[in-house]
Amino acid sequence: MNVLYFAWVRERIGIPREDVVTDAATVNDLVEELRAREERYALAFADVSALRVAVDQKLADFDAPLEGVREVAFFPPMTGG
Amino acid sequence: MRIVVQETPFDFGAEAEAFGAGRGDLGAVVTFTGVVRSEGDRSVSVMEIEHYPGMTEAALTEIAQEAARRWTLGDVLVIHRYGPMKPGERIMMVATASAHRKDAFEAAEFLMDYLKSRAPFWKREVGADGESWVSAKDEDVAALTRW
Repeated sequence: MNVLYFAWVRERIGIPREDVVTDAATVNDLVEELRAREERYALAFADVSALRVAVDQKLADFDAPLEGVREVAFFPPMTGG
Repeated sequence: MRIVVQETPFDFGAEAEAFGAGRGDLGAVVTFTGVVRSEGDRSVSVMEIEHYPGMTEAALTEIAQEAARRWTLGDVLVIHRYGPMKPGERIMMVATASAHRKDAFEAAEFLMDYLKSRAPFWKREVGADGESWVSAKDEDVAALTRW
């Protein structure tokens, strides 16, 4: 699964995207797996209420299922316009 | 309907002039353009906008389609830039056209409210005090509830 990071999430983790092999059933499960990896992930995912997630390029909730999903992106609240 | 996501500046005058041109059925055209701002204690030398290629275009299209469902619109235009830009430069514009002004005004406001907090753009300001990501405002998220 392709996992993307934007804005300060990207800066904290240090990379814009990576291929993650996972059996995580939901976004929350994936977050737990990433958090357990290294300090930089733990820092980026310290407060998920400050994060938003897109699943296959659509805004989603953290309890969204990941079965069949190809791309998950994590980022702070958007500031367009 | 036209959705444009680009790094280069756009010609606001030419876009406004061409929008809805030659259509006799559109009695109202509303345009809005957002400009990089630097003021007082918040001096900004450069604003950088990051976006999510692919999702950005899809999200803007979906927002514009929703506007077209809610109001009777003859045409919709959204242009949004990414990359570095300086104070005074135009970041984005929306234009809406309708037979009567109410639809065009309301749809333009709806588009602005939604692209503030539902389109995947992130602004970072570089100024005298260093660099920082612009935080989303609670009032911008709250603005969605009025629609």
